[in-house]
Amino acid sequence: MQKLNINGKIHSVDVDPEMPLLWVLRDVLDMTGTKFGCGRALCGACTVHLDGQATRSCVLPVSAAAGRKITTIEAIGDTPVGKAVQSAWIAHDVPQCGYCQSGQIMSAVSLLAKNKSPTDADIDAAMSGNICRCGTYSRIRAAIHQAAERGGAGS
Amino acid sequence: MNATSGALQDGGVSRRRFLVSAAEVGGGLMLAFIFPAAARAAWISAPAGALPGEINAFVNVGPDGTVTFIIPKSEMGQGVYTGLSQLLAEELECDISGIRIETAAVAAVYNSPGIPAQFTGGSMSISSNWQALRVAGATARTMLIEAAAKNWGVDAGACRAERNFVYGPDGRKAGYGALAAAAAKIAPPDPKDVPLKSPSKFVVIGKPIARVEVREKVDGSGKFGLDVRVPGMLRAALARPPTQGAQAMHIDDKAALKVPGVVRVVPLSVGVAVVAKNTYAALRGRDALLIDWQALPDTTMDTDKLRAQYLDLSRHGAALVARNDGDAVSAVQAVGGKRVEAAYELPYLSHAAMEPLNCAAHWRPDRCDLWTGTQFQSPDRAAAAQVAGLPPEKVFIHTMLLGGGFGRRGNPASDFVREAVELSRKIGGPVQIVWSREDDMRGGWYRPMWTNRLRAMLGRDGKIHAWHHTIVGQSIMAGTIFQGMVKNGVDPTSVEGAADMPYDAANVRVDLCTTTAPVTVQWWRSVGHSNTAFAVESFIDECAAGAGVDPLEYRRSLLTGPNESRHRAVLEMLAAKSGWGGPLPAGRARGMALHASFGSVVGEVAEVSMQDGRPRVHRVVAVIHCGLAVNPQMIAAQIESAVNYGLSAALYVEITYTGGKPDQSNFDNYAVVRISEAPTVEVHIVPSEDAPTGVGEPGTPPIAPSLANAIFALTGKRVRRLPMIRGGKFSA
Ligand code: FES
Ligand code: FES
Repeated sequence: MQKLNINGKIHSVDVDPEMPLLWVLRDVLDMTGTKFGCGRALCGACTVHLDGQATRSCVLPVSAAAGRKITTIEAIGDTPVGKAVQSAWIAHDVPQCGYCQSGQIMSAVSLLAKNKSPTDADIDAAMSGNICRCGTYSRIRAAIHQAAERGGAGS
Repeated sequence: MNATSGALQDGGVSRRRFLVSAAEVGGGLMLAFIFPAAARAAWISAPAGALPGEINAFVNVGPDGTVTFIIPKSEMGQGVYTGLSQLLAEELECDISGIRIETAAVAAVYNSPGIPAQFTGGSMSISSNWQALRVAGATARTMLIEAAAKNWGVDAGACRAERNFVYGPDGRKAGYGALAAAAAKIAPPDPKDVPLKSPSKFVVIGKPIARVEVREKVDGSGKFGLDVRVPGMLRAALARPPTQGAQAMHIDDKAALKVPGVVRVVPLSVGVAVVAKNTYAALRGRDALLIDWQALPDTTMDTDKLRAQYLDLSRHGAALVARNDGDAVSAVQAVGGKRVEAAYELPYLSHAAMEPLNCAAHWRPDRCDLWTGTQFQSPDRAAAAQVAGLPPEKVFIHTMLLGGGFGRRGNPASDFVREAVELSRKIGGPVQIVWSREDDMRGGWYRPMWTNRLRAMLGRDGKIHAWHHTIVGQSIMAGTIFQGMVKNGVDPTSVEGAADMPYDAANVRVDLCTTTAPVTVQWWRSVGHSNTAFAVESFIDECAAGAGVDPLEYRRSLLTGPNESRHRAVLEMLAAKSGWGGPLPAGRARGMALHASFGSVVGEVAEVSMQDGRPRVHRVVAVIHCGLAVNPQMIAAQIESAVNYGLSAALYVEITYTGGKPDQSNFDNYAVVRISEAPTVEVHIVPSEDAPTGVGEPGTPPIAPSLANAIFALTGKRVRRLPMIRGGKFSA
């Protein structure tokens, strides 16, 4: 039995300890906001936060997440930075198909939580693990700058 | 905004079904989508699921005033929910931000106007519905006004509608919700008599309206195909044939069945399914299968060999003629003029949409439900019915959000749908087949590999005297349900963008040499144009260089025909907006390309430098002429998207085969463009009041040639083979 703290709620799940957190979220708990894109930490679609740190859940055994604070896209809007990022995403009309955007937002929030005014180079470094096949990259960049300016960080 | 797949919440019993069967009987109407009064009455009298506010097949107004738009198109990022809502809202006089979207069931009433199928593709959702949906909105508005006028005992002509209310002559007003039930009982007006606004009166069309379903795409609540959860649904992964058509001769499933969570192993007509309680178990079980595959003969192909063959065929292969003006074949051989010749090669490509393919199916003896992100509702329903052993009316497709389509989710063989129906039928319960990224990337149905040979003879003035283009590659349509579109052996998608080459030339010949190979091929964003634009626009640049004329000047001098007014407008705006000929930072150069596709013309100028021996695109200035710009914001987003999509293909990605198997598998060896390499894209729209034309695809074709032409301007080297960077190395 794995005890998981997800978005502030404790869930007990009876699964193979090797099962990646992604599939526990999606298939066992039916929290489908976190997406499957590659299964090999290559695309970022499955990004969640582990103690605030952006983490690829597709390669993270659920046993390694036990006892840590897991945050997913479903609750990221409850944090000031998460809220600022989501509103910047809406203001710039970032999403197209939208499939990569949960992961993009989770990576962006993790960046802004550590770095209140990232440069373009900081954004490249933090966001290069997240692929967007719809090519929304320049809007992602603009939205991150806006979220930083509007003081999502720290406010 | 609340986008839902209507039938999902009510356990799969779609109320759309009632609507649809009623609508289907009304064949002979002027506009098929208007509900015939008799059928509507019959439907309304149906006790179950009756919705009094059903005004026509597209519009339902609830008692609370909520306008539901039953949308017949698939949202895959192109913004179709938004654009079509604008068309409807403009004439319905309703607040677009309050519209609720419901995806349509499959029914003739939802076919693309003028085409006997329901699908999303060809960049035609807006253009084909431009008239139809405005009329749908206008008829619904007329009926609401009439209902209010009757109620008040006044003349309908003295009433008007605005933002979900009808206003009477004496200042009285009534909300759409209060009027809907009465409006639905009024005989629909003849669409011919319903006046439509002139463009100068538009308040919604032409405005940069934000994506209507944006919220659910930033908070994780949007439901894509993979997010479907049907009670009791199992997951499955398939062991797929390693080479096309290989058969599983012997299956050892002992280890697979020992994987915790695996329920059973089921051989299918193509591949072997491992059915499990969750996706992880299904994938692990699939990896534990031991299968002896027997390959079909002649499937051990290598793309290196195929490449040599194609180059050879481009010189002297037997070809069919797609265009023949004058006598280009002998004119290009003539002595005296300047002769230019080049071959351009493009690889197989995977669509690699962000959401891997998937389909959930629930087969029962009397009906079959499907939940998936598809572009191809009609063909998929027909295919599913066949596999299900049911009539098509008993197959219900619930269209989910598509995590990208790019053509792959409109499969001519309905591959990802058939297998799900077959499996559900075999196990007798709901099941979702999940494709891993590797399955998706190795599963065939690629953009064809193509080789082009172009030969030109330039006149003394440098202009084109003769032009001979030979295209070598597989046909997308031949042998599929689209076979009928192949005319005299020429698949129109193989020669689009080449046979209609826009430049002035007295002698033009376009030949097509159609090949076969053990690889399934399919449309990939912009279809044949992704090949022909690279060939034609690179070659015209080579001709300009041969003539010693600036590439922009050269194009300008050859785009003089009556059909090229959009090209000219794009070229002039592109010259101005890109600063063509103006100063650039040291080490940078510009290249241009323009191409007509899907009724629109897009021109792009790429600014490029070389960094660490590889090309780097800094800025792309794009100009589009797409008729009236229904949503400038969405058009800009589509061009940005198309540029990045085409840039991955120009620079990095290809599917190659060794011994009959694809070499690529995931985003490590199919390395698409990431944020650090994405250029700034500036989009400009040529103002126009023409009816709208395509937007989703036309931005892709010009990027590869504009990049190649910029590299030539910078280095003097021509890049004639894509992708430009292979095995980590740039080679011209
Ligand atoms: S699904 Fe985890 S990084 Fe791609
Ligand atoms: S929005 Fe479609 S993949 Fe990013």
